[in-house]
Amino acid sequence: MSPESLATLSDQLVLAAILLYLAGMIGYALELAFGRVAETVAERRLVAVGASHEEPEPAPEPPAAPAPWALQAGAIGTVAMWLGWAANLGATLTRGLATDRWPWGNMYEFVVAMLLAAVTVFLLLQLRYPVRFLGAFVGVVGAIGLGFAARVLYTQAGPVVPALDSYWVAIHVTAAVAASGLFIVGGVAAALFLIRGDGPSRLPARADLERVAHRVIVIAFPIWTFAVISGALWADKAWGRYWGWDPKEVWAFITWVAYAAYLHARATAGWKGKAAMIVSLIAFACLMFNLVGVNIFIGGLHSYADVSK
Amino acid sequence: MTLTEEKTTDKRPAGLGVVGWLRWGWRVLTSMRTALILLFLLALASVPGSLFPQTGVDPGAVARYFENDPVKAEWLDRFWLFDVFTSPWFAAVYLLLFLSLVGCVLPRMGVHLKEIRRTPPPAPRNLTRLPHHADIGGDLASAEAYLRSKRWRVATGDGWVSAEKGHLRETGNLLFHIALLVLLVAVGAGGLFGYRGNVLVVEGDGFSNTVAAYDRYLPGSQVSPEDLQPFSFTLKDFQATYIGPGHEKQGQPLDYYAKLAVQDSPGAPEREFTLRVNEPLDVDGALTYLIGHGYAPTFRITGGDGKVAFEGAVPCLVNNTSTYESQCVIKVPDAAPEQLAFLGRFLPSTVPDGEEWLSVFPGAANPTVQIWPFKGDLGLDAGTPQSVYDLGAHKNLKPLGQMTASPKPLAVGESIDLPEGAGKIEYTGVKEWITLQTTYDPGRFPALIASGAAILGLLLSLQIRRRRVWVRVRDGGVTVGGLTRTEGGDFGEEFAELTEALEQHARPAEVKDVP
Ligand code: HEM
Repeated sequence: MSPESLATLSDQLVLAAILLYLAGMIGYALELAFGRVAETVAERRLVAVGASHEEPEPAPEPPAAPAPWALQAGAIGTVAMWLGWAANLGATLTRGLATDRWPWGNMYEFVVAMLLAAVTVFLLLQLRYPVRFLGAFVGVVGAIGLGFAARVLYTQAGPVVPALDSYWVAIHVTAAVAASGLFIVGGVAAALFLIRGDGPSRLPARADLERVAHRVIVIAFPIWTFAVISGALWADKAWGRYWGWDPKEVWAFITWVAYAAYLHARATAGWKGKAAMIVSLIAFACLMFNLVGVNIFIGGLHSYADVSK
Repeated sequence: MTLTEEKTTDKRPAGLGVVGWLRWGWRVLTSMRTALILLFLLALASVPGSLFPQTGVDPGAVARYFENDPVKAEWLDRFWLFDVFTSPWFAAVYLLLFLSLVGCVLPRMGVHLKEIRRTPPPAPRNLTRLPHHADIGGDLASAEAYLRSKRWRVATGDGWVSAEKGHLRETGNLLFHIALLVLLVAVGAGGLFGYRGNVLVVEGDGFSNTVAAYDRYLPGSQVSPEDLQPFSFTLKDFQATYIGPGHEKQGQPLDYYAKLAVQDSPGAPEREFTLRVNEPLDVDGALTYLIGHGYAPTFRITGGDGKVAFEGAVPCLVNNTSTYESQCVIKVPDAAPEQLAFLGRFLPSTVPDGEEWLSVFPGAANPTVQIWPFKGDLGLDAGTPQSVYDLGAHKNLKPLGQMTASPKPLAVGESIDLPEGAGKIEYTGVKEWITLQTTYDPGRFPALIASGAAILGLLLSLQIRRRRVWVRVRDGGVTVGGLTRTEGGDFGEEFAELTEALEQHARPAEVKDVP
């Protein structure tokens, strides 16, 4: 295939991935709404014990049987997510083949790859742990994120500026993509944690959400650290210093400190649970600001985003 | 590991005198909550560093800020907001944080050393009370042997085996925090013992690494001019290629490089070096980077007296990086009888556009230059510093002849006879210039090693679980109980695998007993 047709195929695969993620979201949402009534009540009791709340336990509602069609909807959702993942992966691969370089050289490609990483994390997690309940929200984040990339950030496939023509892309940007993908899943879980109150809800139990968030952040944090350090190594090759407080560096540092604060908050008496989840969301907001805000509004040396301002 | 903070930490000592207060202050400073607050403050304190231009990053932008809004700039400057990362308040936050870190790490190191040497505690009487427990077949001896073979630390007693694993978690955690301290020291030392210089070099010209040769030189406080590595080089050639027409990114650079002839020290043989982005020149740890480029048209300028007053290249500042339309200033103090000055606009790929001319591409496909001549007193003798890129400061210059908005550009080889018999300017050719930065930072390697250690420490500290298991005899078999001291850890799975392995390991022994 010619580079042009590969690039076109890549664009079409992004659209396919958006539609499939939406389908996955709908399937999972139906399962969440109609498929897990009994479970919710049982989990609630567990959380209440674990958190040793003093308030009296409300009488458990009579457990209704989950609708079988709703469970099927969840299974279909999983299939749609896997297909969407394949389309997303295909989009990134064909973009790389079309341009003959690593396919995360500008902000459009970075966002597509980052969402691929996020969905990969979710799909791998749900193979091992019961975290299907996150599916609807990961699906919607994937669809909206890819939509944003395709509508706002899109740039034609092509070569990158000489500074980016380096094997450091494979090291530094890949680490940032992987860490961001993990942080996205953590951010989704933390946001649900806050949206969901303490009471009974169709949403998953708080303890489960917090566990998922913590698990992914604990994996992501060293990878993020590595991304920042390899960025410094690259800056040492490209810009003549390893750290110069360029806006991107400032916000990478802020994000790093904020996630470190989350880890410390969990270890500090009185900060467990809700407060720690809020800290993790602040950290996530810093990560997103570094990606969107710094690239589009602030600029700096690191402005390879290639977004038309 | 979990950290339970004592509630008494923040209670103020009543009437304990200076020592008591100091002790209380130290305890507050090194508490986990204070560290957390300082971490927040550090993040918050960094934010203005990305919102306002910083002197260390882009001094030009700071100067422009001062021009556009002097009053506001004055106020911002009063709070070091153009120098956030070297400001006293930023230093206060990170120094407090690191003091807190030291106060936290030192005692933990002591505790940890003791922990490592201690044997695992005896088994609790009732193992079924533990969060994880199972009754399995087997015997104490084989359980002990198995646990030892899997590198658990094991202690035994009357009817029980006690085993423990995961001290590496705390080791990693301490390594991480110490690495951060080393990193700070390395960065600081690099600033004191290193230097940075910037210089612009035109094709054909040379550079030697001395303080005087730099356009801008920023030494650390412990660096003296003799410390500079005595290398030199000549810029033989500069080449750039760009994306051609027909692509959305037309004009984006594809590759550029500079060919240098380098001498590592005064007597050393000359060597060729190709300088590229991402591939700096390294001479004894002093690294020279290619950071920018542009055009330097060459001119021959004759004064009204008919003598050549200037001949050479004039580096022009790039106004537009996608077309390399550039702006040039030529000052000719040697022109007689009157001094001359010129403004120029350099267009590397010129096309006409109505009454005007534009550059459409950064490569020099059709390089022309538009010229606006002036004469008068350049005032260079007055001793006030002047920019070589600016005519604005010269009040005594008068335009020569009729000023037009867009004079007809000169092609290479063309010339203008100046009005009023003031002389002649010939546009003789085009060269390119590059900007270079030389950096010497002895803290680089220590910082790198500290960073690597920090990641290793993090991985250990975040991925390893501290856990204990005990085995007690029960009639016909043993009971295994286990617990993890790491919250959030999922020990159940590992515990199940362990009990299974213990049972499997015990079985062959049973088989042997059967005659
Ligand atoms: C630059 C400042 C600091 C950074 C970036 C940082 C980062 C980290 C990280 C990433 C962890 C791993 C979290 C975990 O194991 O759950 C950690 C753990 C820890 N840090 Fe820090 N830290 C800093 C300063 C401090 C200070 C000043 C203290 C003491 C007052 C401190 C005390 C601890 C403790 C006790 C742990 C272990 C918590 C636990 O695992 O239960 N840290 N730190």
